[in-house]
Formats: sequence, structure tokens, C-alpha cells
Amino acid sequence: MMTRRIVLLVAVLLLALLPVLNALPSSNPLHVSDFLVSIIGKWICYAILALALDLAWGYAGILSLGHGAFFALGGYAIGMHLMRLIGPRGVYGHPVLPDFMVFLGYRELPWFWLGFDWFPFAFLMALVVPGLLALVVGYLAFRSRITGVYLSIITQALTYALMLAFFRNDMGFGGNNGFTDFKELLGLPLNSGTTRAILFYAALVSLVVVFLLCSALTRTKYGRVLTAIRDAESRVRFLGYSVTQHKLFVFVLSAMIAGLAGALYVPLVGIINPGEFSPGNSIEAVVWVAFGGRGTLVGAVLGAFSVNALKTWLTSVAPDLWLIALGCLFVAVPLLLPKGLVGLVRRRKGKA
Amino acid sequence: MLLLGLFLLLGPARAQAFDSLVPRLGGSFAEQAEAVERLGALGDARALPLLQALADSRLLKLADGGVAVQQGSAVPEGASPVRINNRVRVALRGALGRLQLASPVAAQRLSAAEAILRNRSAEDIPALEAALAREQNAQVRERMELALGGSRLASADAAAKRAGIATLGASSSPEARNLLLASRAANAELGAEIDAAVAAIDRKLQLRQAAETFFQGLSLGSVLLLAALGLAVTFGVMGVINMAHGEFVMIGAYATVVVQEFCRNIPALQPWSLPLAIPVAFLVTAVIGAAMERGLIRHLYGRPLETLLLTFGVGMVLQQVVRLVFGAQNREVISPAWMMGTLVLPGGVTITQNRAWIILFALAVLLATLAAIRLTRFGLEMRAVVQNRRIAATMGIRTGRVDAMTFAFGSGIAGLAGVALSQIDNVSPNLGTGYIIDSFMVVVFGGVGSLMGTLIGAFTLGLVNKILEPYAGVVLAKVLLLVGIMLFIQRRPKGLFALKGRAADQ
Repeated sequence: MMTRRIVLLVAVLLLALLPVLNALPSSNPLHVSDFLVSIIGKWICYAILALALDLAWGYAGILSLGHGAFFALGGYAIGMHLMRLIGPRGVYGHPVLPDFMVFLGYRELPWFWLGFDWFPFAFLMALVVPGLLALVVGYLAFRSRITGVYLSIITQALTYALMLAFFRNDMGFGGNNGFTDFKELLGLPLNSGTTRAILFYAALVSLVVVFLLCSALTRTKYGRVLTAIRDAESRVRFLGYSVTQHKLFVFVLSAMIAGLAGALYVPLVGIINPGEFSPGNSIEAVVWVAFGGRGTLVGAVLGAFSVNALKTWLTSVAPDLWLIALGCLFVAVPLLLPKGLVGLVRRRKGKA
Repeated sequence: MLLLGLFLLLGPARAQAFDSLVPRLGGSFAEQAEAVERLGALGDARALPLLQALADSRLLKLADGGVAVQQGSAVPEGASPVRINNRVRVALRGALGRLQLASPVAAQRLSAAEAILRNRSAEDIPALEAALAREQNAQVRERMELALGGSRLASADAAAKRAGIATLGASSSPEARNLLLASRAANAELGAEIDAAVAAIDRKLQLRQAAETFFQGLSLGSVLLLAALGLAVTFGVMGVINMAHGEFVMIGAYATVVVQEFCRNIPALQPWSLPLAIPVAFLVTAVIGAAMERGLIRHLYGRPLETLLLTFGVGMVLQQVVRLVFGAQNREVISPAWMMGTLVLPGGVTITQNRAWIILFALAVLLATLAAIRLTRFGLEMRAVVQNRRIAATMGIRTGRVDAMTFAFGSGIAGLAGVALSQIDNVSPNLGTGYIIDSFMVVVFGGVGSLMGTLIGAFTLGLVNKILEPYAGVVLAKVLLLVGIMLFIQRRPKGLFALKGRAADQ
């Protein structure tokens, strides 16, 4: 147990070292490139999303194929804030309206954009909007005992419908171009190395906090009940627990964590568009968790890092093969690695 | 070079009047006008090119006193273009319209009716009435009636105007409605009648709209039915969720493309490429399905979520392999001649023929599926395995083989859906992705394990979608439908046609 903690601590410290090494002059052999820092920053956000999904799927048995939607909603909330901060620096130079609204002939800001110029509000919305959506969908689904694959299909349809909706220009969210050309966040110019480092640390700290939170939650009695629901839902119900409430709570919490991941992600990559809602993204997140080992928090993080590392490498070496490799991962993991990488490591240890 | 071809239109003694009138086209303005009017009344089609040339000032007066149509840009020696004045021009317009209305070529009659419709005047009424009495072609008739109504409305006589309003009111085109509304201001005394006629047209237009929406809904429903039928077999009967189903549909469409390419070299087979594609697509997808069941899914029975992920992965691989082999761009599938064109039903309801064929095809596939399950030995064994696997096995049924065949059967139906979709959608590697979510909705809505539920579910979703679309837009209609299904599942968690009794527990 102690060794595990030490390993995790060392891993976090190593990650925290990256922006410092990035600040070294490029002649220094320890210097790491901007690209590496920003891509690892992205993976950290993905790892938070993986934790969210693992909490719902690995611990409560809710396989959501629509977690990308919560991620994207969180991203859109922060994206709206970033758009408002552009102010008169847009191409059209309108003092209030973002460029796409001027282009589409808006006269004034739609009501649902009000308040997004204030960072705390936007950040709150990045958590509240996904949470509310999860609350409504979860309430409807869990109340009528929609479980298993039915729930998966419903959540997939949810993210698909949201993708179609956000692709429309008249939704007031920039249509298929989404939001981009951000200038600054909290007074910091987004294209500077310092800001990148700050965003990186924000993501890393969030990852650690979310990890500790999930880890604490799964240890409580509440978490134990969740695991029991995953393994024998009817039995837990007959024992007198409210399955609906338990599942609803964890689903909403998970959606909010996914929203947080999206909110951290968008300033890092500088763009958000409706493609983030595509069902493929959500299902990719599922494979991170499955590959790393669902039902273990370390596995989710490990899966997010390793699958994305594979993706980054393969898409640069042989882009055509990436989808085939991803498909094969889907096939191979349930058949050969039902407990993921973590399960593999544990089995080795058990034998030794 | 002097390029000159002279048409000497001096035919033998068939029509004395015609022959004597033609030279007078080159006479004085008064003579011209009279000749034009009489030629128009004569209704001889040979006059048409001459009058047309006169109107375009391409008619030449020859040295010998005759006339001819100028060919090319050069004018022969001794000939001069015939001039006309406004009076002749007016006469020409009427005569040309009348001659064209009598033309044996339907397209010319149609364009004459269109011309009259554009500048409606009371003078054209007699010619139109005469032409309408002879007309057989429905499309030309419709335009002529519209032109007649418009011309009558333009006359000064109140009785003729009333007749015009009645004629227009009897038609069902938006143009007639516009004509009536435009004349409303000028004919205040006929206001009530015009309003009544407009209302009559509106009713007919609404009815037509409703009929067309209904057909579109049926068409979408039949596509959903085809895509969902295979799912109803694999998901409903076996409980296996096959996320690669959309890719099986796509492979069926590509099988159609391949069969078509193959038939292109053999002229005798060309018109039959689509019927030939049906068994090929079925077999190809059935074999892939059986291989997938035996090789992969078999190991995961009882673990539905893992099965879902695995089949999704297979779908991704299939899609990418097809993209690498056939390219990412759309492949063209040529519909056979007997599937092209539109049917016009009474009342002006138009139906595209390929969609009508797909509705029939979907119903045929449904019947064949029902027959296979109800009437064949395989169907009996399949139902036995679904009801109680272990007892079925003790009765000597090879359950593993039945599983593989059921999965192959469901996948084969997906291939058939692909053949149908290749006719109305772009054949591209991501053809299936657009349909998979909708077909799952159909199966969930209709009730898992019930083919009847799939039928009703598909057509309900298709119709509701098309009815909502004009009000809500394509995207919002989809979203509303999704919300509707979620609320519906609240009331009936197992779908419309839920299995009852012991089977419902599974």
C-alpha cells in the first residue's frame, strides 16, 4: 500500500516537473518541447474524464456512452467565457457580440449568454450544466430501471442529439465552427508559455483532487453500496437501499467531473466545436477505462495516458491504422484483458 | 462564304389557302396582319416556323415575290428582311400561341400554355378552350386549365371572370392561388367568390401536403424497419447488442456497388445488377456475422456491456478497412431504369419510385423474416433456444449452431438493408453510423424480441419524425423524438410490445 502511494506521488511530481523543464533554454538536454507539455496537459484532462467515467461504470455499473457530452458542455461553458473576453478584439470589432453572432446578424446577446463574462459564473456553469443534464436524464432512466445496454444506447443517443443540435447555427453556439481564437483567461494571454504552465498545473491539481475525492468516496459506505449495486442491483434494492438515489448521485457527480475536465481542456487546446459531442469521442473514453482497468481509479488514469500515447504515436506514424488499432483494442480488452492493465499487473503479483 | 439554304415552302395542292396566304406575309402591313391571323386560324403546323421567323425578323422577301426563312447571317441577293409594325406584332403573338397550342408536340403545347399564362389576355380564351377540348396529356391539360383560368380572369366580362375563378378554384396549384390573390384587389365585387376559391385550393394543398408527409414518413419508416429488423433478431432474440450492425448495413451497400461493377462488363446482366446484389449482400454479411459470433461474441455471453464494446470495435475495424479498400469518397450506385422517376397520383401527390420500391422491399423482408421464424425448422429451433437453452440442448438441438445461424440471419438482413439504402443514400464508409442509433430507438420503442413491435415502432417513428420536421426542423425533430422515447419508456419500460410471462424476466 505504501509503495503504491509512493509510486503515485513520484508520477505526479514527474508530471509537475514538465513545465519547469519546458522553461529551460532549448539548448539544455533536459528541455522538453511546448508540444509535449500541451499534449500531456490534454491527456491529464482526458484522465479526469476517465476518472468520471470509471466512477460511473467501474464502480456503479452505469456504462455511459455519452460522457463526451458532459465533457463538451463543460468545455462550451468555458468557451463562452473565453469568447466574451475577446471583446472588441474580434475580426468584426463588435464591443459585445462574438464574431459568429455579428456574422449571423444577431443584434444583442442571447439571454443564455448573460453572466458568462464573469469567470466564477462560467466556471460554475461548466459544472452545473452537465450536472443538471445528468440529473434529468439519470432521473428518467434510473427511476424506470433502465439499466445495462439500454442506458448505454440512451446516453449515446443523447450525445448524438446534442451534436446535431450544436451543429446548428441558430443554436447560438457558433454552429459547426464552434468557438476559437481565444485571447486571454483571467488576464493572462493564452498563447504565452507561462499561461500554458499555469493551465497545466490547474489540470494536474484537479486530477489529484478528483482522484483523492473518488478514492475517498469509493471507500465510504456509500461507495460500497454503489459497488454492490453494480454487482447485484436487485439484491441491493431488496435490502432496502434506494438504488435510484445512489445511482443518480454518482451519475450527476460523474457528469460534473466530466464537465470540469472539459472546462480545463478548452483553454489548453484553444478550440471547442460540436465534434466533441460525437459518439465516437465518448466511446474512446470508454476504451481508456476498459484498457486501464475499470473499477480501479489508477487504471482509469493509466488507460487515458496509455491509449492516448498510442493514439498520438500511431496517428503520426500510420494515421490509417489508428482506427483499426482502436477497434482491435475494443475487441481484445474484453476477451484478453477483462480487468485491464491493472488486472494484468495484479495477476503477475499474485503469481509471484 | 455565302451560307444560304432556302426553304421554299410551296407544297403541292394540299392546302390552297395556306399556299396563297404565305406570300402575303411579305405584303403591306394590313395584308401581313390579315395573313397572320388567317394562318393562325388555319391551324397548319407548317406556318409555325414562318411566323416565328417573322416575329424574329428573320423572314426574307425574295426577288420572285415569295418568302423564305433566313438561314445563317447572310442575306441572298435580291432578298430583304420583312418588316413588321405593332399591329402585326399583336396579331403574331395570338397566332403563334394558337398554332403552338395545336402543335402535335406536347412540349410545344406546354410552352404555349406557359406563354399564355405569363401574359394572360381575354383574346386567348377561344383558342385555349378549343385546345383544352382536344388535349389528352394530363400535365399539359393542367397548365392549359391554369392559363385558361388566368385568361378568363383577365377579361373584362364579369361572367367570364366568374368562370375563370371557378376554373382556378378547381385546380390545386399554388400558382392558381397566387393568380386569384393577385386579382383580388382589382375585382372587389367578386371578393367572396375569390376567397372561396382560394380556400378550396388551400384545402386541396393541405391534403396533398398531408399525403406527401405521410408517404415520406412511410418511406423513412421502411428504411428504419429494414435497418432495425436485423437488430430485432440479434438483439431481440439473442440478447446480443451488435453495435457493428450499422457497418453490416454499409457492407451490404458496398456489396451492391461491387455487384454493379461486376455486371458493368456483362451487358446481359446489367439491368439485373440490383436483384443480383440482394443474395450477394445477404450472404456476405451473413458470413461476416457468423464468423463474428463464433470467433468473438460466443466468449462473452452473459456480459452484455463487454459485448457492446467488442462489437463496437469490430464495427470500427470494418469501417476503416472498407475506407482503406474502397476509399473515403462516396461511391455511385446507378438505379435501374424501372426504379427511377416519380409517380404522380391523382391530386398531384408525387412519389419517387425508388422510395416506393423500398417500402415494398421492406415489407417483403419483414414477411420473409416472419416466415423464416414461424415456418422453418431453423425458426423452430431458434425459438426453442430462446425459450430454454438447456432443455433445447437436451432435445438434441445444437444450440451453438443455432446461435451462429441466428446471428448470421440477423446480419444478413442488415446486408439487405444496405442494398436498399444504396438506392437513396450516399454509399460511403460511414453510411451505417447515421442509422444505427435510430434503429436502436426503433427496437427499444417497439419492444425487444417482437417483430410486430419493430414494424409498428419503425413506422411510428418514421411518421412522427416527418410530421414534426416541418414545424421543428430536422434536428429538433430528432431531439424531440428522442425525448419522447425516453418519456415513453417511463410508462412502458419494455417497449410497446413487451414480452409477457417468463420470457420477460430475461
